[in-house]
This record gives sequence, structure tokens and C-alpha cells, in this order.
Amino acid sequence: MSDVLLSIRDLVVEFPKRDKVLTALDHINFDVRRGEILGMVGESGAGKSLTGAAIIGLLEPPGHIAQGEILLDGQRIDNLPYHKMRRIRGKKIAMIFQDPLTSLNPILTIAEQLIETIRTHLPLSEKEARERAVQLLEEVGIPAARRRVDDYPHHFSGGMRQRVVIALALAGEPDLIIADEPTTALDVSVQAQIIDVLKKLCRDRGASVILVTHDMGVIAEAADRVAVMYAGRLAEIGTVRQVVLDPHHPYTVGLMGSIPSLTHDIDRLTQIPGSMPRLDNIPKGCAFNPRCERAFDRCYQERPDLIAVEGSEDSQVACWLFDQEASA
Amino acid sequence: MSESPLLQVSNLSREFDVSKPLLNRLIERLPQQHLRAVDNVSFAIPKGETFALVGESGSGKSTIAKLVVDLIRPTSGRILFDGKALPEARGKEFITLRRRVQMIFQDPFASLNPRWRVGDIIAEPIHAFGLAGQMETTVTKRVEELLDIVGLAGRDRHKFPHEFSGGQRQRIAIARALSAKPDFLVCDEPTSALDVSVQAQILNLMQDLQDELGLTYLFISHDMSVVRHMADRIGVLYLGALVENAPAHELFRNPSHPYTRMLLDAIPDHEMTGRVRKPVKGEIPNPINPPTGCTFHPRCEFANDRCKAEVPTLIATTGEHFASCFAVEEDRLPKAAAIA
Repeated sequence: MSDVLLSIRDLVVEFPKRDKVLTALDHINFDVRRGEILGMVGESGAGKSLTGAAIIGLLEPPGHIAQGEILLDGQRIDNLPYHKMRRIRGKKIAMIFQDPLTSLNPILTIAEQLIETIRTHLPLSEKEARERAVQLLEEVGIPAARRRVDDYPHHFSGGMRQRVVIALALAGEPDLIIADEPTTALDVSVQAQIIDVLKKLCRDRGASVILVTHDMGVIAEAADRVAVMYAGRLAEIGTVRQVVLDPHHPYTVGLMGSIPSLTHDIDRLTQIPGSMPRLDNIPKGCAFNPRCERAFDRCYQERPDLIAVEGSEDSQVACWLFDQEASA
Repeated sequence: MSESPLLQVSNLSREFDVSKPLLNRLIERLPQQHLRAVDNVSFAIPKGETFALVGESGSGKSTIAKLVVDLIRPTSGRILFDGKALPEARGKEFITLRRRVQMIFQDPFASLNPRWRVGDIIAEPIHAFGLAGQMETTVTKRVEELLDIVGLAGRDRHKFPHEFSGGQRQRIAIARALSAKPDFLVCDEPTSALDVSVQAQILNLMQDLQDELGLTYLFISHDMSVVRHMADRIGVLYLGALVENAPAHELFRNPSHPYTRMLLDAIPDHEMTGRVRKPVKGEIPNPINPPTGCTFHPRCEFANDRCKAEVPTLIATTGEHFASCFAVEEDRLPKAAAIA
């Protein structure tokens, strides 16, 4: 069994419009290893959630995968027919959405929803499935799970609902969980609890998690590695320590500097001038060039691919500043 | 004049009637139910300073914001702006007070009228308060000037809100607030709908405006790092009550109230300093039926019988630092691990 669970190769997602084609994901390459939490950060519209949707096969038409491959356990899953993909969804790959209120059915009890999901994926009787449901709820830290399993979603608070959603995601015992902004709708105090639950589950079950968020604090707490997205492309990928403490890409540097500090005084926050380009207006060369202080001629001509950064293991950056061959 | 604070809030409370409809109450023999959203809150903001209110959802932050700008009226207590009470002011005085206190809302997608051009949105307060005379050209000039101040182009006044990104819309909302020439701005989570890089732009803009125009801010947020960056003083709310009120640095260096400590412990360590984050116990209780005594006692590891029976009040711990906690009063709290 190889170390890599999920492999994304040269993925391109396009949205055809009446008069043009928008490229929402533009040649994305990355791997998710077994048992790791891979963070994905970036601004709204950078393509974080879309990457998750592409992996689990839930792209909204007319969006479609125009090029590239998605490999799970070495098997291509991007071109599977609907009924085969259905068997992977929930069973091999599960999804946790941002808003726990809309991802639960309000007119079914928690037990009904869990049992339905468990029995879809596992050969268990009604009674066994119910037992399993209680177990799952205990595992995600819901107090008095046996009593609460027959409650409706509205009986639970936001944090507790998100735990239920996590329990639902775990029901099919997936290898990969895609968590799309799982803590964004929650208060900081509750957010910390949910991160702990995710981390624990990942450790105990050896499942991998793709954690999509715009909150660097959550990433720093939970992720092993981080991928930084910008305008539908990967700007940088590396270990969490390296990306947070010693970012390479000028965009990541700006992003890190723009977060107010808890420990020391900053007179002025770093400000990246301008805003992310719209998908129909991505500049030639590097997509970040209009906002980059260090851009030079090559950045306006050629698009940089991910290149390994010398001296730092495991980290790749899409920036010409780090192209050793050219500078040598 | 500079001695007295610009905004003085004393013993402010606000209740909401959350009873079932009258007929249900009569048939089911239910009593009326009241929710105390703001409970005996007092604080003061000196001119030119930023006072921040932090707390979880449901702690009463936004209700206080609405009370301060007189969108809703208090059940009891007083809010004095520059020595005058807004709800009691009449005629010209009322209009002047209204003009001097403006608000910036959380959601820049909902707070701008989608059918109005940006120029009209910003000009509305100018017309409403008669700030530029009758000449349409002076109004236009002022609108362009305001757009320039917030970092947009003068020609943007012809566009509609949907043509702008979230950050740019928040700039428009700031320009609208500034057009009334206020000296006090109530900012209710002004950056929580924005990405961090855009948030940095807006926070920098707000600081520049404060320096240039001498504005005073009531800044409401749930993000402790934003609050630390912006505020001179911080008030921590729990279930409608102010549990701690301290200078910003002091609060992070020496948090007194167990709830403040819990909040600070819960913040993810985005700087990877290796700080150990403690898991939070429990959740905020139902405000319709709050716990007796100190409302935090069910979640507090230092609670004793007194905490369950009596309601603590804010007392000074050191100098300008106030906390409402019997454990602090009786000096039986261990020293907090400072964050900064």
C-alpha cells in the first residue's frame, strides 16, 4: 500500500459561459498522504471548495473536469459513471459542509439520519446500526448520546450539530474526509472543540482529511501540511510550520502578515494592494503579478509551475523567484 | 470637556419579550417570558479611543450596538453621548446627536441598497442632515472626496453595489458613515465577513481615519486578535453581562475572569508559538433560563457555593482593570498564563 491516498494530477475545472470558458481550477497538482490533515487556504473564490467538490464528484453543471486525473488508492475516480461514484461517496470519501444547519434534514431524527447512512454503506441490521449510531455520537463527544440520538437537529446547538455532521461523515468509515470550512459558522470556543474532534478521529482511524478553510489559526492548529491557493492555482504547498513561519511565495508572505498578532504589537498590518483577479481577467504569466512587489519580467511572460524549494524539504512554490536553474 | 468621556453607558439593560402569543398563553396557562439580552452593563469611552466588546454569539454584543445608536431603546439604564441622552433629546439636538453617531454593519452585502447607485448611497446622509447646502455640485464633490478617502475612485459613484467586492463594499459603507461627519462610529463586526487580506486593508483604513479625523470607535468583534490590534480597552461580555473590562494589553497579559481566560485559551495559535490550547468546557447556556448567581458558574472550575447563589459585580483588581468574579475578589484564582 503506497503512502499516498489521493493524487491530483494536472486537474483543470472549467465553467463554460455563453461567450467564453472560465478556468476555475488551473492545472492543480498535489497528493494527500494516508492519515494526514492537509489544509487548503486561500481567499474566497480561490478555488478551495471547488477542489473539494471536484474530488467527490459534486461539481455543479456546467462546471466539469476538462483535463487531468484524480486517483484514489491508485484508481481513477474522476471518470467513473454515476452509480459507481455513488458507492465511493460516503464510503471512501466523505464530506463535511460549512453550515451544520443546512446539512442535516430538519424533519428526521439524528438516529434516522445516521441509521440510513450506516446501512447504506455497511451490512448491518437496524438494531446494530442504531448501536453503531450511538457509538459514533459518543466518539464525536456528544454527551448522553443514547438519550439524544432520538432528538431532532433543532434540539442541538451549532457546535453539537457540527459534531453530528462529523458522525454522519464517519458512518461509512471513509478513508478521506473533505471538511469544507467546518468551523467557520462556529464561535472560537466551540471551534477549538471541533478541531480537536477532527484531529483525534484522524489519529485514531488513520483517515486523511482535506481541511478547507480561510482561517490560518485553524490550519496552524490542525494541519500537517498546507496548500495555498490563489486564483484557481496552487501558489505554495509545504509543511504547516514552513508555510506559517517561513512562507516563500510573496502572496503567502502577504497573507501571513495581514493577520493581527496575539502576542506582539504590530503598528500596521501588511496590506496586499488590490484584490484577487476575476476568473475572466487573470493576467498573463503569474496570476499574482499585478499585486506582487517582487515581480520581474519573467513573471509577466511565463506561468510558474510548482518547483521544489532548495533547502526546505517537502515544500514547493510556484514562483520564479525560487527557480534555481535560472538564477544559477 | 475633555475630562468627561464621549460615551458613557451606565447600568444598561434590555429585555426582549419572547412569550408565546397571548391566546396560547391563556389556553396553556403559560407565564410571560423575558430574555435579558443586556444585563446591567456600564462602560465609558473617552474621545479618540477604541473600546472593543468581545463575546460569543448571543452574548449581547450587537444588542448593545443597536442601543448605543438608538435603534432600540433600553429597558433601564442610561446612555450619555457627550453628556446628552439620545432617547430624551428632541428637535435639533436629536438630529445633531443622530448625525454624530454613525454605524458600520457586519454584512456589506445586506447593508447597501442594491437599487441605489453608490453616489446616492453616500449622499443620503449629506442630504438628510443638510450638510452641503442645496447645490448638487457641492454634494457630488463631497461624495467624490469621501470615495477618495476610503480608497475608491470618484467615478465609482456611478456604479451599483453589486459591481464591488466585499471589501470595497465595506469601504462604501464606511464612506456613507463618514458622510454625516460623525465623531463616533459603532462598528458591528465590520470585518468578519471578509477574507484576512481584505480585513487587513479595512482595519488599516479604520486606523488611518481615526488618526486623521479623531474618531472614537465602539468596536464589536468575536475575533480576539483583531480586537487586540484595534482596541485601547476591551470589555468581555458573557450572557449579556460585562464580566471584565481592562486596557487591551492588560487583558492579554493578565486576564482575570475565568471566562476571559477560557476564551483566550481557545484561540488557535496561528503564530505557532507552541502555546498550549486548553479545550473549552461546555457551551453558553440558554439566556431565557440563565443559571443562578454568576451565570458562568456551571462552566467554571473555581466556582463555589457563593458563586451559585450571589451575582458578582465589577470590582477593580488593579488600577484600570475590572472583573466581576468572586474568585478574583477573594483572591483564590491561580495566576493566569499570559499570552503576551
